[in-house]
Amino acid sequence: MSTLNTDPNIPKPDDFYARLLAVHEGRTKAESDALNARLILILSNHIGDPEVLDAALDLAAAG
Amino acid sequence: MFDDRYTLAHKVYPYERCTDQGGADPVRHPVVIVGGGPIGIGLALDLGQQGIPVVVLDDHEGIGMGSRAICFAKRSLEIADRYGCGAPMLEKGVVWNLGKVFFRDDKVFEFNLLPEAGHKYPAFINLQQTYFERFLIDRLRALQAAGAPIQLRGKNRVDGIELCDDNVVLDVMTPDGPYKLAADWLVAADGAGSPLRARLGQGFTGKVFQDSFLIADIRMTGDTRFPTERWFWFEPSQGSGASTLLHKQPDDVWRVDFQIGWDIDRKEEMKEENVRRRLDAFLGPVDYEIVWSSIYTFQCKRMEAFRHGRVLFAGDAAHQVSPFGARGANSGMQDVDNLGWKLGVVLAGKAPDALLDSYSEERVFGADENILNSTRSTDFITPKSEISKIFRDAVLTLAATAPFARPLVNSGRLSVPCVYDGLSLNGPDALTGGPERTRVGAPMVDAPVDGGWLIERLGGGFQLLTIDADAPDGIEVDGIAVTRVALSAAGNPELAARYLGDAGSAVYLMRPDQHVAARWDSYDAAEVRRAVNIATARDDRGRSA
Repeated sequence: MSTLNTDPNIPKPDDFYARLLAVHEGRTKAESDALNARLILILSNHIGDPEVLDAALDLAAAG
Repeated sequence: MFDDRYTLAHKVYPYERCTDQGGADPVRHPVVIVGGGPIGIGLALDLGQQGIPVVVLDDHEGIGMGSRAICFAKRSLEIADRYGCGAPMLEKGVVWNLGKVFFRDDKVFEFNLLPEAGHKYPAFINLQQTYFERFLIDRLRALQAAGAPIQLRGKNRVDGIELCDDNVVLDVMTPDGPYKLAADWLVAADGAGSPLRARLGQGFTGKVFQDSFLIADIRMTGDTRFPTERWFWFEPSQGSGASTLLHKQPDDVWRVDFQIGWDIDRKEEMKEENVRRRLDAFLGPVDYEIVWSSIYTFQCKRMEAFRHGRVLFAGDAAHQVSPFGARGANSGMQDVDNLGWKLGVVLAGKAPDALLDSYSEERVFGADENILNSTRSTDFITPKSEISKIFRDAVLTLAATAPFARPLVNSGRLSVPCVYDGLSLNGPDALTGGPERTRVGAPMVDAPVDGGWLIERLGGGFQLLTIDADAPDGIEVDGIAVTRVALSAAGNPELAARYLGDAGSAVYLMRPDQHVAARWDSYDAAEVRRAVNIATARDDRGRSA
């Protein structure tokens, strides 16, 4: 079991952020919502570990 | 006075005047069951096979057309096998393995259930409920002919109930007028609307889902036949419904289930031309006749406890779920399985009536599991909010290309028997390296043995299942007989995998309902005695023998 990594872990944060926005470009709100949902599912599956997922859900829910 | 509330499929227990009518005092019976559906009849078979006199009262005279379960799970068939009527169900039923899931117009994936080898019964069969009930009643008639003390009384309606200290007195109405009868134990198997539950002022709480389903059984009459597969559409574009299920039944009958929304004009939707409009949009140019159709809504509810003094509630009377996952009739059969032997042991004076509290404990646990699964399926099939629909659609879209998303698609999680983890009747789980699937609390897992099946060797009484272990052939624990079933795992990889795991030998104490009460790697007389006492509520785990 591992714990949720909340320390910086993305090598080039600005590049990633730009890429995240870029995939949403030109999409309607509904299309973007659908994309975000797919992305969350894909990443969640990649993580897999229920403890990490729970910690991520809690962190997100706390706002 | 006796208007039928529903049409009968088979009038198999017409009213006959009985000797209890017209006497000065109510005749007293050990067990009276109210409700002649699959649960009431199933319990009558269990008790009748034990030689316990049982009276079943029903306000109709046979099997109704109304409630239409079609999917009977392995455990229900195994229970029916113990009652002597599993074989005709399996013979008549349709076995399917291939399922296809569609989203809008596209097939997103298909799955093959690839059944595990080495079981007498498949994971489930599709069979009209009327057949299921018919086979139970055929068996009941055969047991009666062989002298089993079962009475089945049609057009006997319970109009009043009086709870006394040591029995229950019923006012029963018949076409010949009223009579009274008394029961040591009363079982209410009178359906989701349970008049007895209402009469006793018991609550039934949970969730009502705001959606309606149009259900139709159709017989294909032309040259077209659909394959024996389960097809589930999310948002089919032809406008037949928000989701649609197609399932094969025996006799060339297909079940079609359309999700049609909450704000509908029921009467309008039920008109044949409108039912046909949906069917035609969905099926395309095929010839069919409508055998039966209905509109249903559903709820997930249960009673707080299934035992109230001398009254025990079973089946839909005690708990109700959505149809997704086939957890209605199948969980009711597990109620029957659980209750039958406990009533037998208590009536024989071999255990305190506290044993019947464990019926409520175990089956409430089972009902909660079913309600949880059924609610989750419903939330997937009929998303309740915008965001829940966004995630649902994302899962379906991904399922076409990404295998990881397929297990998230939930069009019903099929009924599997409940494991009574951590409950009061469980003894020690002391088999080091023992398989998880046969842990204490689990129902037996079938395996081939000696040219037959393990399921045929277990059940009906307490048993010691020994695998490559010594034990006496039979012991008695304060009036309760425990007989040994001695097997060897040599040359039997299924038995070894399902009962030994990493252990070299095993001793299982099996309950009469084929659930595991305790297990060890070798026989110890004091340990077995203690486990039998725990499993019959004669001891608690705080005291050791």
